[in-house]
Amino acid sequence: MSKREIDDHSGVETTGHEWDGIKELNHPLPKWWLYILYGSIIWSFGYWVAYPAWPTLNSYTHGILKNSDRARVTTEVAALKSARAPMFAKMQATPIEQVKSNEELFQFAQEAGKSTFNDNCATCHGAGGQGNKGFPSLVDDVWIWDGTYEGIRQTINFGIRSGHDQARISAMPAFGRDGMLDAGQAGDVTEYVMSLSKMADANAGKAARGAAVYAANCVVCHGATGAGDAAQGAPNLTDAEWLYGGSRADIAAQIHNGRGGVMPAWSAKLDAETVTALTVYVHSLGGGK
Amino acid sequence: MLLKNHGIFERHSLILTLGIVLVVSIGGLIEIAPMFKIESTIEEVDGVRPYTPLELVGRNVYVREGCYTCHSQMIRSLRDEVERYGHYSLAAESMYDHPFQWGSKRTGPDLARVGGKYSDAWQVDHLADPRSVVPESVMPPYEFLKHKVVSADHIGDHLMANVRVGVPYTQGAIDSAAADLMAQADPMADSSGLQSRYGGKVNARDFDGDAAKVTEMDALVAYLQVLGTMVDFTTYKPETADNLR
Ligand code: HEC
Ligand code: HEC
Ligand code: HEC
Repeated sequence: MSKREIDDHSGVETTGHEWDGIKELNHPLPKWWLYILYGSIIWSFGYWVAYPAWPTLNSYTHGILKNSDRARVTTEVAALKSARAPMFAKMQATPIEQVKSNEELFQFAQEAGKSTFNDNCATCHGAGGQGNKGFPSLVDDVWIWDGTYEGIRQTINFGIRSGHDQARISAMPAFGRDGMLDAGQAGDVTEYVMSLSKMADANAGKAARGAAVYAANCVVCHGATGAGDAAQGAPNLTDAEWLYGGSRADIAAQIHNGRGGVMPAWSAKLDAETVTALTVYVHSLGGGK
Repeated sequence: MLLKNHGIFERHSLILTLGIVLVVSIGGLIEIAPMFKIESTIEEVDGVRPYTPLELVGRNVYVREGCYTCHSQMIRSLRDEVERYGHYSLAAESMYDHPFQWGSKRTGPDLARVGGKYSDAWQVDHLADPRSVVPESVMPPYEFLKHKVVSADHIGDHLMANVRVGVPYTQGAIDSAAADLMAQADPMADSSGLQSRYGGKVNARDFDGDAAKVTEMDALVAYLQVLGTMVDFTTYKPETADNLR
């Protein structure tokens, strides 16, 4: 390095670099900045001692505070659980039909049920439970399966066609795809189904022929009047509520393909108390039975 | 001495380069290298297995489509995340992921435990047109995956590439990769070979509702349905000293 040189004009030391007669001033780093840097270096020594920091050959230093994120989250979750425990215990001890008449319990079940619903169920059943094509509305009083408290609880725990060994199962045959009905019969029974719910555009002639097809193929599940059978999850065909849509094409498609909706089982993901809260919440949405 | 003589580094680019390499490699050696030796990095768990060929194809679609730009696969050890998504993610759960899909952006929800949460039909409806089931969704539609037929031509090579980076596929698994790929998406196929190689829990069915062909939709749904479902949490002991960190 060249000798120290003070710039005449500013009185500041130069770095000794010179380009075409222009010299660079050597402004040192501000003191406050340097002290913060040194301070952080000293701080890091303390951190190394207190927290997990250095890898060793086959482990790492754990630090004298024995900090563990996993241990912390486990205690936090446990604390949350025990904070809710008294209310949950009270709710579990109350017969589920009576939760509704206990203002405080009902309020609690509604809140717990609603937040669980939004995280797990709303994607299929809609944000307020209003449903989507293929995913039933839970806000009306029309039930495909058992709509009592215990019925709803069972549906949530084990699901529908979920593969769980206690799941609700039933299968409508694929009458068209599997060739059980020819195109004419399928067309006739479609019109008959439309006439059951008094749709104005149902073709009366075809519907009359369809009645016989219905009697031979559909009565076992949907019933003689078309009122459905909750034990088999066969929907009521006489109302205006449709799982797969109420247009002629939608109804024909279901008779052709015999779709069976799948609702996952939740007993492994949600604990029993949460399922109770959900059951109360769902039951209150649209008039459970 | 160095403090006074920093001019040496400033005037000679080669010396500066060597200096940078030295300093950076100290960081690397101390922070990264030991990770490969530390035995407790990956928890000991039951159940984690390499992906089946079909799931691997689905994973490739996931990476290709950039799903990780909106979805993470990492449930952090924070109370609210555990409440919403389930048990925090373990290192063991991504040990066969090359590269891992932890992600850092959550425009949509975390997917680390989405397996089994929804039905195949919902996954297909949602991927094909997210707004048909979630009206407020901003996720793009992937309808075309239903029509892209999966080819089994190079699947053995894919498994081989994973073997090279440490995934324990057996020679048998590589030889029957093409057959396993097709069998997993075909409800009529004999899946006993697939199950003997990947375990009895493996999902074998027609995922996309179109049994006539194996599509990228089948593969992606098969992959999504296995996410976070492998670890047997009934035998995992989170409280042992090795697993707490
Ligand atoms: C993957 C989509 C999906 C998710 C998620 C889902 N469900 Fe369902 N759910 C369905 C389908 C599909 C049906 C109708 C099955 C059928 O066709 O019989 C159903 C039916 C039901 C029924 C019976 C309705 C009736 O009319 O009998 C109830 C109650 C219900 N779900 C509650 C819930 C609750 C509570 C949750 C959240 C824990 C939930 N569901 C999550 C798809 C889903
Ligand atoms: C083995 C019992 C069974 C038989 C037989 C049966 N169904 Fe069904 N049907 C069902 C079930 C179960 C569902 C509901 C499917 C679901 O929930 O996904 C259903 C649904 C329907 C639907 C759709 C209802 C809606 O809300 O969208 C129509 C329409 C229908 N069936 C018509 C028929 C006709 C017509 C026949 C006779 C040709 C018939 N079914 C025979 C069980 C049966
Ligand atoms: C632009 C961002 C974006 C991209 C890219 C994206 N998603 Fe999504 N995804 C979302 C959002 C937002 C949601 C939440 C709303 C919804 O359910 O659609 C979501 C929801 C989901 C869900 C439901 C998760 C749950 O637990 O409810 C799944 C599964 C999913 N996405 C899979 C995928 C896959 C697979 C891809 C790649 C093919 C993908 N996403 C690409 C934004 C995105």
